[in-house]
Amino acid sequence: MEKRVTFHERWLPYLLVAPQMIITLVFFFWPSGQAIYQSVLIEDAFGGNSKFVFLDNFIHLFNDDSYFASVRLTVVFSFLVATIGLAVSLLLAVMADRVIRGATAYKAFLVWPYAVAPAVAGVLWGFLFNPSVGIVAWMLQGIGIEFNYVTNGNQALTLVIIAAVWNQISYNFLFFLAGLQSIPKSLIEAAAIDGAGPGRRFWDIIFPLLSPTGFFLLVINIIYSFFGTFGVVDALTKGGPGQATNILVYKVYNDGFRGQDLGGSSAQSVILMIVVIALTFVQFRFIERRVHY
Amino acid sequence: MTRILLSSVAAAAVLVSAQGAVAQTEIQWWHAMGGNLGEVVNDLAAGFNKSQSEYKVNPVYKGSYTETLTAAIAAFRAKQAPHIVQVFEVGTANMMAAKGAVYPVYQLMADAKEPFDPKSYIGPVYGYYSTTDGKLLSMPFNSSTPVLYWNKELLSKAGLDPNKPPKTWPELGEMAKKAVAAGAKCGFTPQWQTWTMIENYGAWHNLPYATKQNGFGGTDIELKFNDAPRVKFIQMLADWSKDKTFVYGGREGKSTALFTAGECAFHIASSATASAIDKALGSDKFGMAMMPYSPDVAPKPQNSIIGGATLWVLQGRPAAEYKGVAKFLNYLASTPVQAKWHQETGYVPVTLAAAEVTAKDGFYKKFPGREIAVEELTLNPPTDNSKGLRIGNFVQIRDIVDSELENVWSGKKDAKTALDDAVKAGNEQLKRFEAANK
Repeated sequence: MEKRVTFHERWLPYLLVAPQMIITLVFFFWPSGQAIYQSVLIEDAFGGNSKFVFLDNFIHLFNDDSYFASVRLTVVFSFLVATIGLAVSLLLAVMADRVIRGATAYKAFLVWPYAVAPAVAGVLWGFLFNPSVGIVAWMLQGIGIEFNYVTNGNQALTLVIIAAVWNQISYNFLFFLAGLQSIPKSLIEAAAIDGAGPGRRFWDIIFPLLSPTGFFLLVINIIYSFFGTFGVVDALTKGGPGQATNILVYKVYNDGFRGQDLGGSSAQSVILMIVVIALTFVQFRFIERRVHY
Repeated sequence: MTRILLSSVAAAAVLVSAQGAVAQTEIQWWHAMGGNLGEVVNDLAAGFNKSQSEYKVNPVYKGSYTETLTAAIAAFRAKQAPHIVQVFEVGTANMMAAKGAVYPVYQLMADAKEPFDPKSYIGPVYGYYSTTDGKLLSMPFNSSTPVLYWNKELLSKAGLDPNKPPKTWPELGEMAKKAVAAGAKCGFTPQWQTWTMIENYGAWHNLPYATKQNGFGGTDIELKFNDAPRVKFIQMLADWSKDKTFVYGGREGKSTALFTAGECAFHIASSATASAIDKALGSDKFGMAMMPYSPDVAPKPQNSIIGGATLWVLQGRPAAEYKGVAKFLNYLASTPVQAKWHQETGYVPVTLAAAEVTAKDGFYKKFPGREIAVEELTLNPPTDNSKGLRIGNFVQIRDIVDSELENVWSGKKDAKTALDDAVKAGNEQLKRFEAANK
């Protein structure tokens, strides 16, 4: 029997794909094209005085030490946000999966942070850790830790990472939980009967079976840490102190919208775009091979 | 359902006929004044709309300064620009460079044949937004200048006279140290540090910020703020930070929270912060005075410079509508409107007449300290160093200065290295700006 779906009309498949194609073209390819076009121009913000400068905007970036500082910072930041975010939410999901009484309540609480916009998350954490009025900063002071993210760069970075991770945990948690619940109970029970302890069961059965979810979340989290963390930085530190939290996406915003330097800002976003495409490609090429579907 | 439909049709008909009857020209005014300030702005527009019937000014709040400017740019590119847009002072050089997009106010007034007298304006307010030969480019709107605030309770606790502010930086240092010794958590903290501690410290002591009259004379300029007096001054603050005589409270206006929480003895902040401080501490708990000066740099202070925002007129509207824009700007600059604006918001008036009326009304007696801003701005006729700043890519340069100062406060760099580095990185931005606007 022929299982494959076939279309008898020639135009039908095109019609069915068209909405998706149109959305992709209008909302993804058009803006990206515009960014590439802007990145080879220098012009004033109002669009007059436009000059083609070829790769000058890029050369300027590559001669700028502070740009490379921002690149290094972004690598560290993204790595930490993605790994901590995945680890903590996996832990929470495994715990929540085991809870028998009041499971729904736990799950609802754990999903809540996702309803908070990144900028608001930034404000909340900033308030908790505020060196003069923050309750957590006050408690830290009580145990002898001088916490002042306004002047201390490492503490500022830590705080931004905490806020960014906190904001993303719910999303990861939901997917991990769904992944856990789709693992057949019979497999785990069989392992238990064979005498495998909880740790062994997790590493040998649950973890490999979760790997497709984990892989998907890794890609999403890397992209989140590159682009989605802008609001947290803006609300908490505005890139400071010094350049301690000036990650690439924040620099793009700052130079483009606050500084009205569209050429330089577009050049940065083109680079950012290339980096994320490359990263995603690498992930699919090399990590996906180790994923069991 | 039918009834709702019918009544809405009727309402629409009424609206249409109302518009037809008056045939007013609408003038769009995009601004960044939220909250109470936004209400005052709406009052101003309503006042103008009542004063005549030909034009109707429609104020629209567009969010922060950055959001307002971005919205205006997008609208201009789509040929839907508002007539008037409010832009922060650091955007001045970039707005000037946007040839074909802006309609200079002096030209607007001449084209519309509206009366206009530059001499009635307060020097540094007018000068900041005018060309070297005194032609006004944009209408000064909300301008303020840094003044010194002090906490009377903390001074009393330290055994100091709560009604005698310091006149010089060494005096402030001594008093702040005593306040800290008596238990204050912080001696002194500045708001908008790049504006108060670098830009205004320069103008106050008649030191240049950049070559060519702080950029008024051209775009091929270099930054000059890494001079010996400012290196010494910033280093002094850094040394003070060891014993909390100086505390850094964050960029822009964030440090004000330290002062309004009653932690700091002294605060240098915008004169427009007065009402917020008043609300937080109470009128009799704080004082306002002129900024201190360094006697080893200048025998007496020069004058301060402003910060805030200004109204730019954008091109691309039918010529007839600009007559209304000119009338509205003149209405804004009129004495009663300026006096009201000054008294209700704490921003300085654009004309001297408005300050005089405010004094005559007894406003300054009721709210002592509110006259300090105008006094600082008019202390002496402005020099090339104290007229204002016309710096390209100024937003980026301020960010650079902010982050280098933070490197000083955190002890990563000494003042000299940090200011030298800031000048170097800032000059790169200026070169870029010049290349873009040749």
